[in-house]
Order: sequence, then structure tokens, then C-alpha cells
Amino acid sequence: MQISDIAIQIDRVTRAFDRNRALDEVSVPIRAGEFTVLLGPSGCGKSTLLRLIAGLDTQTDGTILIEGQDMRGTPPGARGLSMVFQSYALFPHLSVRQNILFGLAVRKTSRAVQAERLKRVAEMMGLGPLLDRKPSQLSGGQQQRVALARAVISDRPICLMDEPLSNLDAKLRADMRVELRSIQKQLGLTVVYVTHDQVEAMTMADRIIVMNGGRIEQVGIPEAIYARPETTFTASFIGTPPMNLFPASALFSGPANLTVGIRPEDLHLTDAGPRADLVGVEYLGADRLVAGQINGTPFVLRQPAQSPTPRDRFHIGWSQTAMNAFDATTGKRLHDFDFSSLSPNQKDFDHETA
Amino acid sequence: MAATDLWSPVHIYGGFMKRAGFSTRWLPILLLLPQLSIILIFFYWPAAHAVKSSFYLQDPFGFGETFVGMKNYTALLKSSAYLRSAQFTVIFTLIVTMLSLSLALLLAVKADKVIKGAKTYRTLLMWVYAVAPPVAGVIGLVLFDQSWGPLKDFFGLFGWDFRLGVTYFDTAFAMVVVSVWKQLPVNFIFFLSGLQSIPKSVREAALIDNRSATGRFWDVTFPLLAPTAFFLLIINITYALFDTFGIIDTLAKGEPSNNPMTLVYRVYVDGFRGNDLGGSSAQSVVLMVLVLALTVFQFRMVERRIHYT
Repeated sequence: MQISDIAIQIDRVTRAFDRNRALDEVSVPIRAGEFTVLLGPSGCGKSTLLRLIAGLDTQTDGTILIEGQDMRGTPPGARGLSMVFQSYALFPHLSVRQNILFGLAVRKTSRAVQAERLKRVAEMMGLGPLLDRKPSQLSGGQQQRVALARAVISDRPICLMDEPLSNLDAKLRADMRVELRSIQKQLGLTVVYVTHDQVEAMTMADRIIVMNGGRIEQVGIPEAIYARPETTFTASFIGTPPMNLFPASALFSGPANLTVGIRPEDLHLTDAGPRADLVGVEYLGADRLVAGQINGTPFVLRQPAQSPTPRDRFHIGWSQTAMNAFDATTGKRLHDFDFSSLSPNQKDFDHETA
Repeated sequence: MAATDLWSPVHIYGGFMKRAGFSTRWLPILLLLPQLSIILIFFYWPAAHAVKSSFYLQDPFGFGETFVGMKNYTALLKSSAYLRSAQFTVIFTLIVTMLSLSLALLLAVKADKVIKGAKTYRTLLMWVYAVAPPVAGVIGLVLFDQSWGPLKDFFGLFGWDFRLGVTYFDTAFAMVVVSVWKQLPVNFIFFLSGLQSIPKSVREAALIDNRSATGRFWDVTFPLLAPTAFFLLIINITYALFDTFGIIDTLAKGEPSNNPMTLVYRVYVDGFRGNDLGGSSAQSVVLMVLVLALTVFQFRMVERRIHYT
């Protein structure tokens, strides 16, 4: 990877508030022209990181390079980026047109260029008939488009987005996901997108940065994040429902310090194998989620809706390749773990507990 | 929408007020009676009386009155003392309003940026709010006093022979300073809360697009403060016109003749010191018309939506 491919380099960045660290020595490159999603639960530091990149906040330690330049001390307006806020942050006293042109007008771009870009962007966002309205006269979705148009028209190569879709209803959100992605591709923007919604991350991202507790858990393409989670946190955060995590002892008569992760869709009903108790069944239309318990460890199994519902006690099976091994203490993935060394657990837990 | 509609229940409650009716007619009247009688006795009756007596020449000792028509009013226009007061009032009001608004805005913008010890700053800046106008006048008196005022001594350092209550300009200067000082906290509180009600993300959006702090202030912050500023403008004009009475009274030290005074103070001086009740009433009527005009202006502007939501 060449230096020029990296739009933003985060290097050992720490942001401390009083005693707790919102970001703890985070390092990650963000590639130019890619749609990068910062994903994590609330309080994981993803928004803090975005605000540091924007220059709306200053890191306690570490450096942020944008296009190879150290950004320390550079004000937000001079960083060559645009930003879309969760609450849209439109200027209520300005019309849609003035809102979109705000940055260009401030930078004294010529009238002709303003008009030409406005025409193009308004067309792209379908804002043509709304240009003379005030933000208060627009629906949430329209306001979102104006906010997006304001960011896009600046022609700045980097666009930061802070949960821009979270205030929209589900249908609109789904439409906007597609639209955002196509605009990003069309303009070749470097997008850094903050969200706690893994569906947004999965559907839009070129690359996902999973964050938790001020640290980066994993960086990778959506497929890798889903199929090969690097930590138990990522495993239990990604997927609806997320990956089942069993202590190895629940499935095998094997080592104690091992956690085995298996996705719900990789589990199936069998005649042999570990025995489980039925807890509940959730019908989802195409699928059915079966909640069960093995030796006190809850898990979820996903099966096609047409297959038979399990009885109160049932056996589960899975393929060798579906298993993920994690160190039970550190939560880290064990890359070279050999599952063939384990023998399936045939213990009868029901009689043991009785 | 007519100006009076502003006070209709539908307007105030945004149309969601339930219509709950009284079954008898006399009960609501009875309930309104205390409030209505207070307004009648303390506002309409004196106002009507003032209008009436402005057309009469009153005997100073209360032995009757003579109808003089518009003479009290024409006398006002011919009186150089009255016109001088009127001129002073206009200048005084303009200076006090502009200074107290702009200084308060400056303080509010600065205080808004303070992060550490913000509460202490704000409390200290609001402190003066609790001071009553006559007390403010007395404090001004102490500060500017001819014989032992520290500010007089300070001005002396620059060769300014400051004489409160003697030199017209010096007295006017003290009146302006004390009046502005007294009004600052009110404006400050409103501006500060106005600033703090501007969404953080809106300011940040401006920050992303505009490097210049002054540019951001005039492009975004100030327009968003405009509703607050307009409200304060009216409040401050009213304050400078009417509520500075106590300050002026104290600083003029009961010797109004060669000192500057506002129109409101002249109503009092001519009426109760000069015993010219008719002329004084005519002056009050002029002021009443002024207040009416101001109120109509305010409602018109409010209608033309200076607010954005």
C-alpha cells in the first residue's frame, strides 16, 4: 500500500476526559476513496475519533495525518473535509440554496461555479424544487439530503458522517443507504461514517473498523468481520442474532481456557451431538430462531421456517469449518487452533444436574 | 394575522387548547373582576384622567381648573426646556440601548466560550441584576461624587475636571454609565441563553465551512440571535425611556434645572415640583402615544417572523 492511498492516518491517538479514556492509543489507516465505517456500541469512542479527525476536538496524545499532513493545530475549516451531522445541523435562518452554498459563498467561489455546482448537486439529490424553502419547511428526509448536498458540493475529498441516517424512518434509511453509497462511488469520496447500526456498516462499507471501549477491535472488509471475528466482542456484536459463544467444556471434553463461537445459521438439529434444552422459538417468516441452552449456556439456532420445530430436548450439530476459537481469558481469536484435537462431548447434562 | 390575534388563546396555546365553557355568565365575570378593577383603577382611570387634565390649566393650589384646549400641547412644542429634554431623551436612549446591548453581547459571547469556572463568571456578570435603580443611582453617586468619588479622581488624572450635577455633559455621562451598567446583566442573561440555545452541531457545521471566527459570528450566530436581540431592543428602549427614572433622580441630586433629564423625569419635575399638572399631563399623553407606537411596532415585527421555527 502506497502512502498516497492513505487519506487519513490515525497514529496512537488518545483522547482522555478527566480520568477515563474515550480513545486509547488508537492507530488505523483510512484509505482514500473508500467507504470506511466506524462501528461500535455507544460510548466506544467512534464519534470521538470522528470529531478528532474533523478538528472539532483535540486529541490528548498521538497524531492525525490527513493527506500526509500533521493536523495538530489545524482548524476544522482548513482540513479539506466536509461533515454531515446526525441532527443535520442546517442553518435555520438560511434557505436550502443558501445552506448548500454556505461553504462556497464563504470561500468566495465565483457565482458561475456556485450556480453550476448547485445545479449538479441539487439534481443529484432531487432538491431542485425545494431550493427556496427554509429548513423548517422540510421533512426529515429532505433535511438529510440538504445536509448531504452541503457536504458534497464543497468538492472536498474527505467526507465525515456522524450517524447521518439515525433520525430517519426505516424505509427512508434503507433508500438512503443505497443512495449514499452510490454518491460516494460516483464522486470517489473518502467517507468516514460513524454508526452503531451494523446493517448500515455491512451494506455500505468497503472497510469496517469495529470499536469497543476506546480501542479498535478489528479492521476489515464486511465479509471478514462477519466470518472471522478477531475477538469475542466482534463476534458477539456483529450479526443478528450474533455469534453464539460457548465455553468449550459445554461442547467438548476439551481444554478449559477456550471459547468456541458458532453462528446461529451454522447450527442444525441432529440425532447425535450435544443435547440442548429448548427455551423459546421466534418465527421470522423465512427463518425461525430457536433459543436453547446447553449446560447453562444460552444459544440461538437459525433454521429455515419449513423445517420441523425442535422438541423440548434436542441435539445440535455443526460443521468443523463453522467453528471459531477464542482464548477465553483475552477474548482474542486463536488463529491456528486445531479442532480435530477435541472430542465431542457426549455427557448427559440432564442426568448430571438431576 | 392582526396584531390582536397574538393574544388570542388559540395563538398562545398553538391551537390545542381545550374549549371548556362556563355554564353561567356571571361566574367568569366575577372571577375576572379583581384583575379588571386593578387595571381600571390603576391604569385606565389615571390614563383617562391624564388625557382629560392635559386639556385644562390646573390651579396650583387645587382651586379649580380652566379648559385651555390644545394649549398645553402647543406650549410643550414651544418650550425650549422640553425640547432640550426630548433631544436628550433620544440621544440618551440611543446610547444606553446600543451600549448595553453591544457590551452585553460581547460579554455573553466571551462568557459562552469560557469552560472552566463558567458558573462563577456568569453569576458575577449577573450580579448587578439584583440592584434596584435608585440604589444603582446611589452607587453611581458614590463613584462619581465631586468631592470623594474614585472615578472623579481617576478622570482627574487625564485632566478631566469631572463635576457631577454641575456640568451638563458630566452628569449626562454618569447617567449613561450607570444606566448601561444597570441594564447589562439583563441583556447578558438573555444573550447568553440565546447563544446556548443555538445547537452545538449548527456551530460545528459553521466551523467546518468557515475558518474565520468573525465570519461565523455574523453569518450564523448573530442571525440566530436576532429574535433575542430584537426583543431586547424593545426592552432596552423601554428601560432607557422609563425605568431610568430612579437613576436620573438620584444623579440629578434634586437639582434638575441645569441638569439633563429624560421626558419621564420631566413629567415628574413639571407636575410635582413645578405644579403644572396640565402641562405635565400633556407630557404623559405624549409618552403614552410613544409607548403605543413602540408596542405596535414590536407586534408588527414579531408578525414578520424574526423567529425561524
